[in-house]
Amino acid sequence: MIRFLLDAEEITLGDTPADLTVLDWLRTHRGRPGTKEGCGSGDCGACTVVVVSPHEGGLRYDSVNACIAFVGSLHGKQLLTVESLARDGRLHAVQQAMLDEHGSQCGFCTPGFVMSMFSLCEASDAPVVKHMAESNREAKSDTVSRPLSSPGGWLHRLETDDALALSHRIDRALGGNLCRCTGYRPIKRAAAVALARSTPWLDDTASLALSSRLQQLSAEPSCSSGFLQPTTVDELARLRMEHANAPLLAGGTDLALEVTQRLRRLPTVISITEVPELQDLKVCDDRLYIGAAVSLSRLYAWCHTRVPEIARLLLRYGSDPIRNVATVGGNLGSASPIGDWPPVLLALGATVVLQRGDHTRDVDIDDFFKGYRQTALQSGEFIREIRMNLPSEHAVFAVHKVSKRVDDDISTVCAAFHLDIDSAGVTQRARIGFGGMAATPVRAPGMESSLQGVPFDAAAVAAAIKTLPEEFAPIDDARASARYRLTVAGNLLRRVQLEYAGDVALTRAGDLEPDFVDSLTRSMDESLAERQS
Amino acid sequence: MSAGNSEPHDAAREHVTGRAVYVDDRLATQGELHVAIGLSSIACGELRSLDLDAVRAAPGVVDVLCADDLPHAIDIGPVFPGDPLLVDRHVVHFGQALFAVAASSHAAARRAVQLAKVDYKESTPKLDIAEAIDEENFVRPPHRMARGDADAALASAPHRLSGEMSIGGQEHFYLEGQVTRAEPLEDGGVMLHSSNQNPTETQHLVAEALGVPMHLVHVEVRRMGGGFGGKETQATAPAVLAALFARRHSKVVSCRYSRRDDLLLTGKRHPFLARYDVGFDDDGRILGIRHLLAGQCGHSPDLSDAIVDRAMFHADNAYYLPDVVIDGLRCRSNTVSNTAFRGFGGPQGMLAMETVIDAVAAHLGKDPLDIRQLNLYGPGRDVTPYYQQVTTSSVPVLLDTLARTAQYRERRDAIRRANAANPIVKRGIALTPVKFGISFTVSHLNQAGALLHLYSDGSVLLNHGGTEMGQGLYQKVRQIVALELGMAVERVAVSATRTDKVPNTSPTAASSGSDLNGMAALHAAREIRLRLTEWLQSTQDAETGSVEFVDDTVSYLSPAGPQTMHWPELARAAYLARVPLSATGFYATPDIGYDRATARGRPFYYYACGAAVAEVAIDTLTGETRVLRTDILHDVGRSINPALDLGQIEGGYMQGLGWLTHEELVWDDTGRLLTDGPATYKIPAIGNMPIDFRVSLLADSPNDEATVFHSKAVGEPPLMLAISAFAAIRDAISSLADTPVFVKLDAPATPERVLLACDELRARA
Repeated sequence: MIRFLLDAEEITLGDTPADLTVLDWLRTHRGRPGTKEGCGSGDCGACTVVVVSPHEGGLRYDSVNACIAFVGSLHGKQLLTVESLARDGRLHAVQQAMLDEHGSQCGFCTPGFVMSMFSLCEASDAPVVKHMAESNREAKSDTVSRPLSSPGGWLHRLETDDALALSHRIDRALGGNLCRCTGYRPIKRAAAVALARSTPWLDDTASLALSSRLQQLSAEPSCSSGFLQPTTVDELARLRMEHANAPLLAGGTDLALEVTQRLRRLPTVISITEVPELQDLKVCDDRLYIGAAVSLSRLYAWCHTRVPEIARLLLRYGSDPIRNVATVGGNLGSASPIGDWPPVLLALGATVVLQRGDHTRDVDIDDFFKGYRQTALQSGEFIREIRMNLPSEHAVFAVHKVSKRVDDDISTVCAAFHLDIDSAGVTQRARIGFGGMAATPVRAPGMESSLQGVPFDAAAVAAAIKTLPEEFAPIDDARASARYRLTVAGNLLRRVQLEYAGDVALTRAGDLEPDFVDSLTRSMDESLAERQS
Repeated sequence: MSAGNSEPHDAAREHVTGRAVYVDDRLATQGELHVAIGLSSIACGELRSLDLDAVRAAPGVVDVLCADDLPHAIDIGPVFPGDPLLVDRHVVHFGQALFAVAASSHAAARRAVQLAKVDYKESTPKLDIAEAIDEENFVRPPHRMARGDADAALASAPHRLSGEMSIGGQEHFYLEGQVTRAEPLEDGGVMLHSSNQNPTETQHLVAEALGVPMHLVHVEVRRMGGGFGGKETQATAPAVLAALFARRHSKVVSCRYSRRDDLLLTGKRHPFLARYDVGFDDDGRILGIRHLLAGQCGHSPDLSDAIVDRAMFHADNAYYLPDVVIDGLRCRSNTVSNTAFRGFGGPQGMLAMETVIDAVAAHLGKDPLDIRQLNLYGPGRDVTPYYQQVTTSSVPVLLDTLARTAQYRERRDAIRRANAANPIVKRGIALTPVKFGISFTVSHLNQAGALLHLYSDGSVLLNHGGTEMGQGLYQKVRQIVALELGMAVERVAVSATRTDKVPNTSPTAASSGSDLNGMAALHAAREIRLRLTEWLQSTQDAETGSVEFVDDTVSYLSPAGPQTMHWPELARAAYLARVPLSATGFYATPDIGYDRATARGRPFYYYACGAAVAEVAIDTLTGETRVLRTDILHDVGRSINPALDLGQIEGGYMQGLGWLTHEELVWDDTGRLLTDGPATYKIPAIGNMPIDFRVSLLADSPNDEATVFHSKAVGEPPLMLAISAFAAIRDAISSLADTPVFVKLDAPATPERVLLACDELRARA
């Protein structure tokens, strides 16, 4: 039995196929077609819904791609869709803002945008973001200007710092929603307006009531013949042995593609998300212990003040709806050659803790990947935890991802560099992890040893780059040629050195913050001058 | 007054609440069937055998169709034959439709398709444009436009440059994939609900496939989840398949493509190879030019004749070319047959010309903007290569104004300083114009009809032949009708486009939607207004010439004094007096025509113009690019709805930006499309929007021609504003050299291409 709430209604699903997606359930079983299918692979966001779950005494409102979420994952949660938001005939602030700002054209992506914006309005940092948006006088006022032109675009009249932070936050929330009609400007503006105007979806009393209702629902374990959802690590270990062929399911952002794209049936899956031990996230002996089922969003929240370099990478990783469910363990377990997490682990050094039955073993990250989509995992085994070294205080640690598009794209090359450089400027130890350069994520031993023992300067970089063609034979594919990958891999090291040497104030086109400020200040000055003249 | 107002899209409320109904949202009926299509796994060869036994036996499967099962050969080529519904023997592209399955669910149909056993005799596919040019392997004969003596002008020009550029195609990536739902009717016909820009064409081809007259086939299109040209001819195949199965089983049948199938089965924007040979004087004034524009059409003609023509019509862009030859080639390849896409060849022709301008500027060491302004059409220099006179063009004023408001010159200096200070991140800027010809170049398509009912409660229901794909056509036409009747816009509703209401419609394409249908609707409304006026004058003692329809009220003078009536009252009275309250309207664009035999004429009723300045930053270590700021000034004439027009401009710009930067179609050597999903094919996301994005409409610029409300078409032209970003990227790369240099850069400017261009320059330095 899988039990969850759709709006206020309690839904109980008995014999439901384990691989039934939330989108299919909504559209075909439930006859609720507001949520759209654009791609069936979690890449376009037309199917975005919000899943509400108890979190740290309150509730969290995660945007989720319904096309690649299985209904079993809703157990003990509340599902909200675009149909949920208008209450008593009144549009929600995000809906009203989308209407006022002309944020919809063909309308097909709109439900997804509405839900992502709703999730943003209910996010834990919403009060801070709301404050930024409220500094926009236009957004706050009830009468919305519909100008003949859009001077300064959506962020007209915002204070510069707030505009930047708000811009980034909106991009983060909406980066997984594609619109082919509007060019995004009115949508982004609608998000700012909605943030300024929205009031909390539930008051404290209603939140508490919902939270306890959801806890009641989830207290009873889901029991469905195919969707196995253990709630203890022992139970997981047992199920994993009993159903050796059943795939493990965490966020499903990779596994669900087997169903929606490759049309495989998955009669049985073992969900790991409700196992508390796999949700651990803590620092122990200067290492970060990350439970296999920790979502990338949670990891981002942890990293963003402590290891900003990793946080920066995480923002380039899928989209909010993906990061909200995708896990660290899943990223390792699927062993994709272009996973973005492994290069970080390879560069920092990490231990993967595997469990089979009641036996656990440690595998060094260097020994974890065995071949294309193959790992050290044996039958009946699962990833329990990853123990990652944190960058040492004086080391140079840099992660760079290069892809065709900044938001929600797969790496052409991802590189993580961890270099211990002594006070004389000599590299004592180098660890470098690459994605996109081989059939698995890999270290670059040739490059590492070339750097070690010599000063970290342009000459050392040039010598290290020479090792790349000997060490790597990347492939040509739809993303880029082998030649480009080799060149960029070397250039990324060049960039690390330039930044280390302090020669270059600004070296990243992916996030040109200083330029943003500059350009915004200029535009603000000009529009002011324009109005005065 | 309603026309001219920025009212929301007529379905905005439905969009944001999820209540807007798309084809696949319609409630399922008992026993409904779902279609999936079996695709070829080779690009070129012969079908040796097609074993579908396992497909037929698969769970849920009700019926399977291959070419042999069809009552007669079905070709759905829209203008010329060449597009078989299902492969008979020859496979001509990867992902071609071999057979179709109808099953109890979408998933069951898709799973069954995988069970087919197909045996091919494979041959080497033709994939290269240059090779097709050499081998004269064309789907349609070449066409030439010429004026003056280009060869002589080239030979005597003080400077002469030649070059070549490869221009990539583009996937439409409408968010709603192709879909049609067919319902069998009692009379042997079908009712189709289709996501479709061209309902009449689909009606025609479905009738042909079923062997019934067109009057038994009805197509309804309420809305599309995006079209962009991709549902002009490509919507027909799923419609025909759904109709065939619906008739065979007397069931409602839905044919919806999965995203991957959609990307493999449907045509895209044409990749082009452009070659130029240009002669110019010391100032940069072009004296003579030869353009060769070779479009990769894929395996069949589809609309390629007109598409390559439009590329040729725009190879001048906004510039006077005194002695000119433009050759257009329609190259065949073993790829899906390319089709209409916003701009319809225009973008490729224009990009070729703007590249020539940049080459000339670099050669002379001048600012490209100077070369652009120098070569604009103007008095005495106003005849196009196809002999249409450019009587009025807003381009000069657009360029002057925009250069000033966007501070083009000042920013160029600032960029020079920034580039000198930063060895890695380089900036560039460019200002480019757009002059886009408005009208179907196939003249007979420039017609439209409308049907207007005034009900006895004073409400109006309008129907016209245009389709709604997000552009806000229904809303614009609604505002036009409301204005003509002096009526509150809320009284006017526009109903779904249907072939049984307005017949023989043209596709909603060529930016023509509002121009044609708005005018037809206007005529219908005018007819009703005239009838009401006549009735008031002849039976209600209204003084001749005194009847006015304004502010939702009818007022007139009678011997008894001034009279006013509200619409409900008026409509009721007119109904009781037996005044006919339903009217049709029709419009045909006047004064246009193009004689293809002589390559002369006036193909366009007018030109829609705009200009854009883009400033970009490029990362010279990775080739990544970012648009920092874009300023657009666009001429929409007198806007019917400025908010909707802005939406078209911004959206068009971003779609063009995607085409020219990161939207890259990649095929492997066997002709297989590698970018067959959103994981590999990247349309712009929110982070690709220019950080600073300023869009303005040119003020006080009513269309000189008698278009509806003196507005101008806006659907396609803004897409080409993105050429400014491409030129700015080229400008940024060129800053790596110490002296002005022309950067050879193919489109799209992917990180890889940009890095390659950077490395070439650095190697030269």
